[in-house]
Amino acid sequence: MSTDDVYRRIYDNPKFQALVKRRGRFAWTLSIVMLAAYYGFVCLIAFDPKLLGQPVSSATVMSWGIPGGLGLIFLCFILTGIYVQRANGEFDRITREILAEADQ
Amino acid sequence: MRVLRSLIAAAALTAAPALAFADSINGEVHKQPTNYIAIGMFLAFILLTLGITKWASKRSASTKDYYTAGGSITGFQNGLAIAGDFMSAASFLGISALVFTSGFDGLIYSIGFLVGWPIILFLMAERLRNLGKYTFSDVASYRLSQTPIRFLSALSSLTVVAFYLIAQMVGAGKLIQLLFGLDYLVAVVLVGVLMVLYVLFGGMLATTWVQIIKAVLLLSGATFMAIMVMVSVDFDFGKLFADAVAVHPKGVAIMSPGGLVSDPISAISLGLALMFGTAGLPHILMRFFTVSDAKEARKSVFYATGFIGYFYILTFIIGFGAILLVGTNPAFKDAAGELLGGSNMAAVHLAKAVGGDVFLGFISAVAFATILAVVAGLALAGASSVALDLYSHVIRQGKATEKQQMTVSKVSVVLLGIVAIWLGVVFEKQNIAFMVGLAFSVAASTNFPILFLSMYWSKLTTRGAFIGGALGLITALTLTVLSPTVWVDVFHHATAIFPYKYPALFAMIVSFVGTWFFSITDNSAKAKAEREKFFAQFVRSQTGLGASGAVDH
Repeated sequence: MSTDDVYRRIYDNPKFQALVKRRGRFAWTLSIVMLAAYYGFVCLIAFDPKLLGQPVSSATVMSWGIPGGLGLIFLCFILTGIYVQRANGEFDRITREILAEADQ
Repeated sequence: MRVLRSLIAAAALTAAPALAFADSINGEVHKQPTNYIAIGMFLAFILLTLGITKWASKRSASTKDYYTAGGSITGFQNGLAIAGDFMSAASFLGISALVFTSGFDGLIYSIGFLVGWPIILFLMAERLRNLGKYTFSDVASYRLSQTPIRFLSALSSLTVVAFYLIAQMVGAGKLIQLLFGLDYLVAVVLVGVLMVLYVLFGGMLATTWVQIIKAVLLLSGATFMAIMVMVSVDFDFGKLFADAVAVHPKGVAIMSPGGLVSDPISAISLGLALMFGTAGLPHILMRFFTVSDAKEARKSVFYATGFIGYFYILTFIIGFGAILLVGTNPAFKDAAGELLGGSNMAAVHLAKAVGGDVFLGFISAVAFATILAVVAGLALAGASSVALDLYSHVIRQGKATEKQQMTVSKVSVVLLGIVAIWLGVVFEKQNIAFMVGLAFSVAASTNFPILFLSMYWSKLTTRGAFIGGALGLITALTLTVLSPTVWVDVFHHATAIFPYKYPALFAMIVSFVGTWFFSITDNSAKAKAEREKFFAQFVRSQTGLGASGAVDH
């Protein structure tokens, strides 16, 4: 049996189609969250720089930009953590099942 | 009052090139007295890394070992190595200097360098690992014609490597003049020779360990500095910011976005270059093939994101610490009130302020080590483009033996070293502020579109990828030359022909639209065959079935 046949058999497995759909939706959702957060931040800076310069409260000089910026750094870390957790657990388990069903 | 005014003028002057692209070292520097502690610590680093190179050379015989360390690197190790590959000395000194001169703007910059990583993980890392073997061109040309696609990706990779290398070599020369009191030429030759030794004999395994050691040293040094800064303000961020605002010449303005982002188009274009440029840097993409499978590739990005993000938070604290502990100390300034050695020295002076001469020596040695780790990664990526893409596939049409390929690879490493030293000398007095920006723009508008569409779009054809990618490359290069950063700052024309500093927004659109158009209008039989091969590639990219590593182990 050629490799192409194996690929075809995996491709036709409904479990594979479901995995691809679920993982794709998950990856794109996280990407859109990341893109929206970052470009939201960039657009705020470009269109209304004063807004991020406002102090968080009257008692401090710390502006909204600082928790906002640091928050973005944490967001990067948290989102990658969420993705790796699910991809290395649930998605990899389903992938192994699909490969097993194709005798690989 | 006069002192204050000249201080502001000096800060504005030194900030200007840093704002253009904080990831390179710019402007005049002044040679410092020879620093023996720093040289001693640096010699220790060289001995250790050469020892590792010797060890690695026994394990780098085959092509696979040489380019991918045999796929034996763990996700955690690779995460550290990616961080070591990505955190340059210029971004350590440049971003902390930007925070020192403009406060909040430094944070905007560092965020740009980080946000590409989650996108790489979500959309690219596992497919890349499942499809490729040695370099990203393996993936881009997976179902397309090898010769044109590999030719184009080698061309754009070498362009990226060359511009990145110039920025690193010139930065290294200036930095070493500053920190060690060595001659510019000596510094550039030393960096070039060490780079060749690591890559020539130790391949990817030695490069990886140089990058890991550098990352650990840089992160520990920066952590120590940040802790000492926080100790000085009783671990109170409110006090850190309040005190900084009180003593900074720009006052409360350092808490808001300043001149970094002048207009929305430039802001978005810079954001695109940083985000998608990271996803197209050949030396970074190459690191994904050093791990055994997609699982470890994902972990690599998770750890790398953590380390790089942590590093940028540290540089932010270090920059503010420098405002308090360096900016207020006349011992770190010259008669005009300017920082000794220029604003890029903010973090270095802070090292002395918080840890004395010994720690200053340590940070200087780490800065040098940092440059070596970055250039080693670049040299390996450059050599792989020449040997694997240009020689093996374009010239020999895939008929080269492994031995011939390795010979070409080793010759290219030596040639790259010579070229790097030569470029470092030629560009010593040039304004190189645009170089890293250009490298990111080319990566974002040539490598990234080809790579992304080859993995995601079934209708992509060789004709579309080649013409679209070439258009992106030409557009990025042309617009950079016509932009204010080159046309005005380098060629000294009065006004720029292309008004924006960063071409990525336009070049990416040209590249994607060009690729789309020349693919869908391609009705040849070859195009049809290429589209039919997509499904097999798709299954492999999703499951890892047939991926290198999975087969070899």
